[in-house]
Amino acid sequence: MASTPAAPGSSRGGARAALRQAGSGALTFWRVLRANPLTMVGFIVVAMIGITAVLVIVAPHVLTPYGPDQLTTDYNQGPSWHHPAGTDGNGIDIYSETLYALPLDLAIAFAIAGAAMLGGGVLGLIAGFWDRPGTIGGAVSIVILRITDIFLAFPSLILALAIAVSLGRGVWQLIVAILITWWPFYVRLVRGETLAVKHLPYVMAARAAGVTERRIVLRHILRNVLEPVVVYFTLDIGTVLVTLSTIGFVGLGLAYPSQAEWGSMMSYYQNAGLITAAPWTVLGPGVAIFVTVLAFSLLGDGLRDILDPRSRRVLAGTGTGAIAAAAPSESASGGAGPAPAAAAEVSSPA
Amino acid sequence: MGRSPTDLAIFIGKRLVQLVPVLLGIIVLTFVFTHLSVANCSIWYPHASASTLANCQAQFSKPILVQFWTYFVNLLHGNWGASVTGVQVYPAIADGLPATLELVFASLFLMIVIGIPLGVVAAQFAGRWGDHLVRIFYLTGWATPTYLGAVIAAIFLAPYFGLPSHGEYTYTPPPFHQWTHMSLLDALLAGNLPWAADALRHLILPAAVLAFINMGIATRMTRSSMLEVIPLDFVKSARMKGLSEFFVMYKHALRNSLITTTTVLGVTAGGLLAGTVVIEEVFGWPGIGAYAFTAIGGGGAAPNFDGAVAVVAVFAVGVVIANLIADILYGILDPRVEWR
Repeated sequence: MASTPAAPGSSRGGARAALRQAGSGALTFWRVLRANPLTMVGFIVVAMIGITAVLVIVAPHVLTPYGPDQLTTDYNQGPSWHHPAGTDGNGIDIYSETLYALPLDLAIAFAIAGAAMLGGGVLGLIAGFWDRPGTIGGAVSIVILRITDIFLAFPSLILALAIAVSLGRGVWQLIVAILITWWPFYVRLVRGETLAVKHLPYVMAARAAGVTERRIVLRHILRNVLEPVVVYFTLDIGTVLVTLSTIGFVGLGLAYPSQAEWGSMMSYYQNAGLITAAPWTVLGPGVAIFVTVLAFSLLGDGLRDILDPRSRRVLAGTGTGAIAAAAPSESASGGAGPAPAAAAEVSSPA
Repeated sequence: MGRSPTDLAIFIGKRLVQLVPVLLGIIVLTFVFTHLSVANCSIWYPHASASTLANCQAQFSKPILVQFWTYFVNLLHGNWGASVTGVQVYPAIADGLPATLELVFASLFLMIVIGIPLGVVAAQFAGRWGDHLVRIFYLTGWATPTYLGAVIAAIFLAPYFGLPSHGEYTYTPPPFHQWTHMSLLDALLAGNLPWAADALRHLILPAAVLAFINMGIATRMTRSSMLEVIPLDFVKSARMKGLSEFFVMYKHALRNSLITTTTVLGVTAGGLLAGTVVIEEVFGWPGIGAYAFTAIGGGGAAPNFDGAVAVVAVFAVGVVIANLIADILYGILDPRVEWR
């Protein structure tokens, strides 16, 4: 397997050690946010979205002037003070309806990405840690990897659509359809990270000290694999939301007037021909998806940058040729050496 | 183990052999997942005739293993199945595939000529405003749901720029033989420039939307591999020779980081192909994306299960082939890779 390059930054033991030195978790996170204004913007918007979602559930009337499916006597009105995103032909306030869809959309996205992270993560950990050929573990990991490869061949949206048509409409059907296509990415990610970490000296030291395998996996490997996985998860929420709403748009998601979900809302109004007559009906939920996904992407993309030792070097202003020359440790064979322990100062960008 | 032509042939041959189990797995998985639920003919086909319903019952009431075996044997005989109303799957997919490929290649072209230079700019200004602007641009594409981008482009941008937003040509069929079924290529082959211009105008919007939405990966990977190359000694010595910054970046640094960027081809194939499902539907592009949209019951159509299995499998095979090409290309471009 000489020629497949790994995902950016598959080895970062040294960087991680540096991160740990930089301070405790929260402090590091704060420094990471401060290093790039866009990451900060992403974090603030994500926090606001979270607060909004909680408020919609706990105290709906604080933010939404109208109840779910409440019919007003204002039909097909453009945006105004009374209806910030206009109304549809039945007098439903688009702004309120869009906000009511927020908790459900977020919950589905978190459920899918979370379950994929857990399931795929466990499989990836197994495939990465017990991979010696000729053992039972080696055989199991080969089976896991082959199946993962086949799943990775499908564009996830297309397979999810095909499953959704077979399962029918509904929240659980939607979750299952997307989840089936979603876990393989985490297998690949966690396996790569595990391979990179497990040959590091501290794991060998733990082995030599007689620590049990189970404890090595849970304490030493898992904890160090967690960071990139959580970053990927942040980015993934946005991708799941887009996929989710696309399924809704195709008409295989939730049935809109009874259950508000952004993609289904857009599909409903688009099919009713309102995109030209009353564009706000489609643009309201559209903007909601866009802003939510953009916020999670800004946050996740920024965090990923900090984890990627290559861009860390440049951002921290310590880019020297000697360090960067160690880059070929990127080869996918899994024998990735420790990343250069450069740039402890995440907090001091150039 | 080396880099002789024989090694290359073995390298490619091995990867082709590895394809066989993957193809088999793709067909099995697609079939199983599209046949998960119990047959529900009267709900799937509410307006179907009695004979169609009987046809559907006969097909779906058998155990799934029997259904799969029948399908698989037919497939080996070159029969891709038919919808319950009897429309054959293979001719539809064979007709649509070139149009989809044309759209995907056009987007890939745009991604390369726009996305890669943007990645260079981002790396040049890493951590500063140039970097931030590029990031906002590609994350905007990333965060735009395909259908939202397509609908906005078709309904608001198309009239603004005076571009057509439906189909391959203004009038169909074209007055020349369609050798390849790729609109622009056919017009050029026929030497018919007005029709070629017409085809190009029809291609621009769908290809641009598809490229914009998938641009992020190309830009990000270029940026990341440029950041790896810029601090290296050979870039420094190029600078010290007094070469212009443009020359240093695009001739020396980019050339080396492009090796990593070839993998973009494999990574984006899935996104580009999946994007065609919605984009072809919105822009009335006669490819397999639009076919997939109808086959899976999009927009309230009656689902066509044989068609869905075939078209999903074709998309998956497309991704596998794109990855194979990227893999081989990478092996050829990077002299450190041994062919084995």
